[in-house]
Amino acid sequence: MALDSLMHTEEDEQTPPAAAKPDVPTRTENFVWGIPQNGLQQKEREVLLDEPPPLPANAELTYIGKPTERYDGPAKAMGKGKYTADVNLPGMLYARMVDATTPHGRIISIDTSAAEKLPGVRAVHVIEHVYGVAELRDPKLEIPSRYPVVRYFGQPVAGVAAISQQIADDAAKLVKVQYDTMPFVVDRSDARADDAPVVFPGPADAAGSAGGGGGPKGVPQKGNIHGPQRKETGDTEKGFAEADVIVDGEYFTQVQTHSALETHGFVVDWKPEEVTVYASTQGTSSVRNEFAGVFKLPQSKVRVITEYMGGGFGAKFGAGNEGVVAANLSRKANAPVKLMLDRRQEHIVCNRPDSHQKLKIGAKRDGTLTAIELTSYGTAGVGTGAGTAGPATNMYKCPNILTDEYDVFINAGPGAAFRAPGHPQGCFAFEQSIDDLAVKLDMDPLALREKIDENPARKVERQVILERTNWRNRKPAGSDTGPIKRGMGIAQSVWYRFVSMNSSCEVRVSRDGSVELMSAVQDLGTGTKTMLAVIVAEEFGVPPSSVVIRIGDTRFPIGPDSGGSVTAGSITPAARNAAYQVKQKLFAAVAPQLGTTADNLTLKNGRVVFKNDASKSYTLKQVTAKLPTDEISARATRVAEYSKERITYGGVDYVELAVDTETGRVHIEKVFGAHDCGRPINPMGVISQINGGILQGISYALFEQRIMDRNAGYMLNANLENYKILGAREVPQIDIVLVENYIAQSSTDAAGIGESAGIITLAAAIGNAFYNATGVRMRRIPMTPANVLTALGKVQEVQA
Amino acid sequence: MADVPKTKFSRRGFLKGAGVTAATTVIESANALARETKDALHHDRSVGPDALPVKLFVNGHEHSVMIEPRYTLADTLRDNLGLTGTKVVCDRGSCSACTVWIDKTPSLACMTLAIDAVGREITTIEGLSHGDTMHPVQAAFVKHDAMQCGFCTPGMVMSCAALLERTPNPNLDDVKHAVSGNLCRCGTYPKVFAATLDVAQQRLQAAGLVTLVAGREA
Repeated sequence: MALDSLMHTEEDEQTPPAAAKPDVPTRTENFVWGIPQNGLQQKEREVLLDEPPPLPANAELTYIGKPTERYDGPAKAMGKGKYTADVNLPGMLYARMVDATTPHGRIISIDTSAAEKLPGVRAVHVIEHVYGVAELRDPKLEIPSRYPVVRYFGQPVAGVAAISQQIADDAAKLVKVQYDTMPFVVDRSDARADDAPVVFPGPADAAGSAGGGGGPKGVPQKGNIHGPQRKETGDTEKGFAEADVIVDGEYFTQVQTHSALETHGFVVDWKPEEVTVYASTQGTSSVRNEFAGVFKLPQSKVRVITEYMGGGFGAKFGAGNEGVVAANLSRKANAPVKLMLDRRQEHIVCNRPDSHQKLKIGAKRDGTLTAIELTSYGTAGVGTGAGTAGPATNMYKCPNILTDEYDVFINAGPGAAFRAPGHPQGCFAFEQSIDDLAVKLDMDPLALREKIDENPARKVERQVILERTNWRNRKPAGSDTGPIKRGMGIAQSVWYRFVSMNSSCEVRVSRDGSVELMSAVQDLGTGTKTMLAVIVAEEFGVPPSSVVIRIGDTRFPIGPDSGGSVTAGSITPAARNAAYQVKQKLFAAVAPQLGTTADNLTLKNGRVVFKNDASKSYTLKQVTAKLPTDEISARATRVAEYSKERITYGGVDYVELAVDTETGRVHIEKVFGAHDCGRPINPMGVISQINGGILQGISYALFEQRIMDRNAGYMLNANLENYKILGAREVPQIDIVLVENYIAQSSTDAAGIGESAGIITLAAAIGNAFYNATGVRMRRIPMTPANVLTALGKVQEVQA
Repeated sequence: MADVPKTKFSRRGFLKGAGVTAATTVIESANALARETKDALHHDRSVGPDALPVKLFVNGHEHSVMIEPRYTLADTLRDNLGLTGTKVVCDRGSCSACTVWIDKTPSLACMTLAIDAVGREITTIEGLSHGDTMHPVQAAFVKHDAMQCGFCTPGMVMSCAALLERTPNPNLDDVKHAVSGNLCRCGTYPKVFAATLDVAQQRLQAAGLVTLVAGREA
């Protein structure tokens, strides 16, 4: 599965810890380490000489760890933030993508003449290559054609640019495409049949993005079945023989679409001297690199700007088909072109793959796990990346684990990385099976996890859940006698510490005392700008609101692509180091004029203070006024992790719900989440993200489902009224506790929370609470009334 | 969704014209503009498909634009007037991201033709603040971090501010109802509720009407 490749890449990119290189001078420092609830300890690390001194715990800091208002909050609240969709350049044209109206077929001809003749149309571009889908290992298996084979309804075919969006929409409808249609399959289980229509005439592989997604390459492929990717430790046969208790079950999850409110889109201004790209992206660098690659331009001539970004959740990396089309249209029309996907297209171009999982777990009487076996089939449409083994292989200690993950190709839009790829699916099956195991062993589910889980943060989190929720009053499964049955359940998550070395910041101090930070890193809405302001503010002892943050522009030092919760852990050390280094430069520049030495100066509460005589102090402005030049700056790049310890994050989420056994409605009443993400930089932003993860998790568990028309081969509910996502009415009471977890790995110890924020656990926690309420195990999501009544045996199974 | 009367002689328009309601100068000038433009529109019984000159009254200012009759108010605000604070997300009335006020009533700009908004008093997110001074609901959204990516935020703010205009002391259910059509994918709802209830509390306290009720926030 693609996470492995992500982890691998990150490790490869990393230079070994400083201590491992004998020729690099280092010093020894003592870092705060551990979890406050367990008593903080000290950890000795060898660090490079220009690393800043270790930060104390958050309780001793001024801005880090304190709730800070969003840096761009006023701009967002007042509608002043300019998103890609809002960019209006002089002479800009509007474009619309033309997409395929058959699920499978060869394009015989494309007639664009009527579109070209429409007054107001300025350019038409026909696609020659489709990006973001699996590609045949042997392209010769298909008859060469100037047009790509259509493998899903909605596959991009062409683009048109006109002087208004309305004319572009009209023109798109005038593009006539003739198909030689082919048999198709849009259902995962149908596609596994021996006589199913094949999506690809031979083995095909898809690459992942910076956010994960994509699947293993070179694995066996038979028909539409790509895989397995087998991972094996120990001997599960032996493990099951040693088990006192075995649970097994089958679980089914649905396809979920990202549904970011801002659709994918670009504004491209192609000029011979430089191509400027405004992108709704999670990775300005990934966009720049792909544009340069596709158009054979030097990276230095592609500038990517992402000032505000309306959500991505894993689906927005690289140039994408829409970016390539917008660039071609801009080049042809010699004018800037805006191409935003419409809502229907947004639902089709990316999704979280579905799954059918068979899971078997063996354990000793005391709960000790002896074996885990998982077989998963999932479809990422014309892509790959449906593996679900993450939670089963990384959460608990078990000596014998065997996982087989298969991708199943169908004629539907490609899967993409989506908030914790593979993990919500995997957790739905795995954490319900652990619950099953607790039932069989007659153990409390929290106590069973206490026995098998070695992660220290989750240990504290379980304690928080025990103390702060109603857990102790939990009744036996199915105790309620009326039609409305209440229950409670928990589930745990696991995520990994990924670090991108493509993380640099420049911090600049001007003679008037103003401080600014620059980096190409983007803010998806996660609060990157605020977090960076807090880091610089702490170093200078000035309020975060006084620091100017300029990010989301590849003219600035490179930033990480925001996937896999990589951003906070990667960019904040670079920000702090740059701030620290420019501060040292400032001290060195002004110390002689102050009649002291640089090492006698420190910055506290916005004042430069003599270390040996606290009565001598100056405002920052008084000191910067003495600079020999109008500004000084320092640039820092992420240094390697202080140690090679493998670190995971997690969370424990608790759910209270009510099931109406007559209507099949599930009502979530309370959620309590306890989560860790290293050192929290801005707890207010972290809690916002956890709220979001929990609510997206409820939405996934109860409502969302892509419905494909079996006979026509297209997505029936590619809109926001029939593809139901959670709304205000379905929001339960949510309480969140952040567990600080100091790991002594970088100059900030920060980590992202995007993935482990609740999206992984909620479907499983709801499933476990559902079991506690009804005594019935929900093995299928979404838990719609139809699926609930079916599980309760009240109606016969209906096929979606 | 608000009802947007399309005839010249709506009940609402008649009442305003007759001076029964407390008409402000803003509404009077909007009405004058309405008569002028509607006369132009009604002179020719059919308009379009070509563009025609139209005057819109947005955030207290009159704007002249050349638009085709098929243009939605959302597209006209964004593409012709440069008021991009109003977001288009679904473009078919299912997400409320494009919520503006038409004659103080929250309305979906993607479901309203611009020519049907002629003569109406349109308020967008840009019209809620004055320079850098935020509307109390906007300030509360910042204070409570009631936003993440921010793409739903303008619509949310317009819905919540309208709620407080008509229900000065809402409870949690009132707020949920007011934004029940506003979709947010980042999951900011709990903080939207808290921010809106906070504004109501502050206003009531300022007016000396109630003391703070503990546990009122979402």
